Amino acid sequence: MTQLKFVGESPSRIDGLEKITGAANYVDDLAFGPNLLHAEIVESPHAHALIMSIDTTAAEKVPGVVRVVTGKDFPYRFGLYMQDRFVFPTDRVRFVGEQVAAVVARDPKTAKRAAKLVKVVYKELEPVLDLAEALRDDAVLVHPDIGNYTRCPWFFPRAGTNIAHWRKTRKGDIEQGFKGADVIFEDTYTVPRYAHCAIEPHVIVGLYDLAGRLTLWSASQSPYTQRNVFAQALAPLGLSHKDIRVVTPYIGGGFGGKAGVSMEIIGAALAAMVKGQPVKVRWSRAQEFYNTYQRQGVIARIKLGVKKDGTVTAIEHTLHWDAGGYCEYGANVVNAVGLSATGPYRIPNVKIDSVCVYTNLPPGGPYRGFGYSEFHFGLESHMTRVAQRIGMDPVEFRRKNAICEGDTLAYGAKMNPSGLHEAIDRVAAEIRWGKKEISRDPNKVIGKGFACFWKAPAMPPNAASAAFVKFNEDGSLNISASGMEIGQGYMTVMAQIAAEILTVPVHRIRIEPPDTDRNAYEWQTVGSHVTWGCGNAVKAAALDVREKMFAVVERALGLSRDTLYLEAEKVKCRVKPDFELPFRDFVISGIQTPHGNFIGGPILGSGVFMPEFTSALSDPETSQGGHPNVHYTVGAAAATLEVEAEGREWMRPRLEEKLQAQAGRHGGVFPQSGRKAWHRRQEPMRLRSALGVVELVVGHALPFVCGNQFWPAVW
Amino acid sequence: MKKRITLKLNGETRSLEVEPNDILLDVLRESLGVKSPKIGCERGDCGACTVLLDDKTVRSCLILAIEADGCHITTAEGLGRDGLTPLQRSFLEHGSFQCGFCAPGVVVSATELLEKNPHPSEAEIKEALGGNLCRCTGYKPIIAAIVAVGQKAGRRV
Repeated sequence: MTQLKFVGESPSRIDGLEKITGAANYVDDLAFGPNLLHAEIVESPHAHALIMSIDTTAAEKVPGVVRVVTGKDFPYRFGLYMQDRFVFPTDRVRFVGEQVAAVVARDPKTAKRAAKLVKVVYKELEPVLDLAEALRDDAVLVHPDIGNYTRCPWFFPRAGTNIAHWRKTRKGDIEQGFKGADVIFEDTYTVPRYAHCAIEPHVIVGLYDLAGRLTLWSASQSPYTQRNVFAQALAPLGLSHKDIRVVTPYIGGGFGGKAGVSMEIIGAALAAMVKGQPVKVRWSRAQEFYNTYQRQGVIARIKLGVKKDGTVTAIEHTLHWDAGGYCEYGANVVNAVGLSATGPYRIPNVKIDSVCVYTNLPPGGPYRGFGYSEFHFGLESHMTRVAQRIGMDPVEFRRKNAICEGDTLAYGAKMNPSGLHEAIDRVAAEIRWGKKEISRDPNKVIGKGFACFWKAPAMPPNAASAAFVKFNEDGSLNISASGMEIGQGYMTVMAQIAAEILTVPVHRIRIEPPDTDRNAYEWQTVGSHVTWGCGNAVKAAALDVREKMFAVVERALGLSRDTLYLEAEKVKCRVKPDFELPFRDFVISGIQTPHGNFIGGPILGSGVFMPEFTSALSDPETSQGGHPNVHYTVGAAAATLEVEAEGREWMRPRLEEKLQAQAGRHGGVFPQSGRKAWHRRQEPMRLRSALGVVELVVGHALPFVCGNQFWPAVW
Repeated sequence: MKKRITLKLNGETRSLEVEPNDILLDVLRESLGVKSPKIGCERGDCGACTVLLDDKTVRSCLILAIEADGCHITTAEGLGRDGLTPLQRSFLEHGSFQCGFCAPGVVVSATELLEKNPHPSEAEIKEALGGNLCRCTGYKPIIAAIVAVGQKAGRRV
C-alpha cells in the first residue's frame, strides 16, 4: 500500500493566517452600504397563547420604519424533516420569545423603538412546561394539527398527542433476555437542556433585488440545505432554487446551532418584503438563548439484564425528549438515538423507545453529539454501576460486551470494523487503570472514570457531497465545495486530500467558503461526516483531474496513460525516466505540438459522493430492515480527577484525560489512513464530545443524578 | 447632537462625528471600517470586541466613542501590518484557533499581557485571558502558544 504524504500530517491551518490577522470576514463584517435596513423582532411574552390581533399602525408611523411584517404576510410553514414551524405564527405562539412580527427600519435604534409600539393581543393558554405534563392523557396540545404536517417518511407523530416522533427499535426477545439474566438493574438518568453559546450570534442579511433575485449572506453550517428550505417556504412568492443564492462566509462557531434553518427564515422573508434593499437580522445574546435550537433535555430510563459472568443479556432503554415548541430538526436527534441507544455493545435483546415530545419551551435541535452525549451519560453511568453490582471491574465489563465487526446492530444491519477492544485496552493502559492513586493532600482523594462511546452521523440516505477542482496558471489549485469551515479544519483537510492525489502541496491550494451559485453541492456540515463525505467528493474530483491530465499528455505526446504518474507537481512516465512535465507548463495553456497548435486547455474536474449503501426504510414497529447509519466511530475515554474527600466541593480540577477514537478503515477516504486519524488536530470536535461524556459520567452531572453521592466503582 | 472626535486608529489619525451615545465598537465597525473587533454579547462578557485603548485592553462594547477622543486605539488589524508578530506566528504554529471569531480579541489581550510580562506563567495567562471566551478550543492551544512566545523570548530571571 502506498505511503501517504499529505494525509495524516498536521500542516498549519490554511485559514489560520486570516483568523489571526483579523482578515477573516464573518457575515456581520460584510459591507452593504448606506441602504442596509435593520430588523427588530416583536416577541411573544407568553409560552402558550392564541394571537387574537396584531396592530402595527403606531409602529408604521415612526419615521425611518420601512415595513412591519407579520404572519399575515407569511402564512407559511417550514422545516427540515417536518414542516411544523412558522415564519411568523398566525394563530398561536408556542414559546416565550417566539417571533410574532418584525419591524424593518433604516437603523437598529429606530427598529427597536418601533417594535415596542406593535400591539399584540393574546389569549393565554395553559403552557406545557415539562414532559410529565406533556404526556398526560388530557394534556394540552402544543400542535393540535400535528397529524397533517408534511414530514419525512421515517417520522411517526401521534395525532391528538404531544408526541412528534416515536422511534421504536426491537431486536431479539426482550422478555427472554431478562429471564436469562442473573441481575437486573434499572434507573433513571436526566440531562438538562443546553444552549450552544457560539460566540458569533446568528445573523443573516437578505437582498431581494429588483430583478427578483434573492441573495442571503448567512452564518450557517448548511448553505445548500438553507437554500432548499427557503425555496420550499418561499415558493408561494414564485421563487425557485435558481432564484435563491446563499453565501456563507466564515462562521463564528456552529456546533449544530447553525445547522438547518432557524432564525434565518426571518431574514429571507423580510428581504422578500423590502424588495431592492438589503436587510439584516442579527440575534442578540439573549435571543441566542431562547430563540435558536437548544439541545433537548432528556429523561432516560435504563433497564439492563446481565449474567454473573458479565454478559449483557438485554437492554430496555426508554428516552423522553423535551423537544420544545418546534422540532422540525430536533426530532431527528431523537430518531438517531432511537437507533443507537444500546451504545457500542453486543446485546442480543433490545427494546428502545426514543420519544420526541412537544412542550412550550424553546425549540430543540441539533447540538454537538446529536443526542449521543445525552444517552451515553445515562448508559455509561449505568454500565459502571452494573459492573459494581456484579463485582466486576467496569473496564473488564465493557471489554466483555464491546461490539465487534460483523455483530448485529439493534436495527439488524452488521457492525462495521470496530477496534473498540484496542481502544479500551489502550486507554486503560494510559490512565493506569486499576492502580490506586493517593493525593498528596490528605483532604483530597483521586478517582478515575472510564467510558466507551460510539457515534454515527445522522443523515438522510441521500445526503450527497460534490466538489470541483481546478488548476491555476502556476499549477496551484482551487477546490470549490460547500462544506463549512466551522473550526474543525475542513479546509485544511480537503486540501490534504486533493494534495494526496495531485501532489500539489497544501499551501498551494485555495479553498473558499461556500456560495451556492458557484460551489459544488454539499448537504450540510453536520454529524462529523464532512471529512468523509465531502472528502470523498474532493478525492473523486482530484482523480478526475488526474485522468484529464493523463489524457492530454497521451494525446499530445503519445505516452500511454497507463505509464504516467504524478510526482512533486510534475507528470512523469514509468517507461521514460527522463520525462517530466511540470503542471504549470500545461494545465491551463495545454501542450504545444511540433505543428505549433496546442492540445488540451484548462484542466478542471468534478466529483460526487453519495452513501449508496444506506436506507432509512424499515419497519416502524421494530426499525428492522434498513441501514440508516453509514458507520459508527467507536472509542474509549478516561479521566482522573482529584476532589475534596469530604464536604461539597464540586469545583474539581481535571488531572488527566485520555481518549482514543477508532476512525476505522471501512469506507475511509484513504483506506490506509484509518487508524492514524484518531489523534489528529483536524477532528477535535468529536474527540472532545467524547471526553465530555466521561466528564459527565464522573463529574459534572453526578451530584444532580445521585444526590451528591459518589459511586464507589468510580474510585 | 453630534460631536467631533479625533483618535489614532492603528497608527493613523482619524476624525469623525459621533452621537454622544454611540458605542465605540459600533463606530469602529460601521464608521471606521475596522471589522476585527466582533459583536458577541454587547455587554462585556465575551471579549470578542477587545481593543487596546492607549495600550490597555478594553471591551469596546462598553466604551462610548466620545470617551476615545484623543486616544490611541489598536485592533488586530494594526498588530501585524509589518509582518506577523511573534505572538501571531506562535498562534499559527500551535493551531490555536478553530472558528476564529474570538481570535482578534485574544490576540489583542495576549499582546497586552506580553508587553507587561514577557514570560507569563500559565496561571498568569489564564488570568489575563479571563475576559476572552472561546467556545471551540478549550483554550489549551491558545495558552500553549503564549507560553511558547514567553519561552522563546528568553528565560525569566
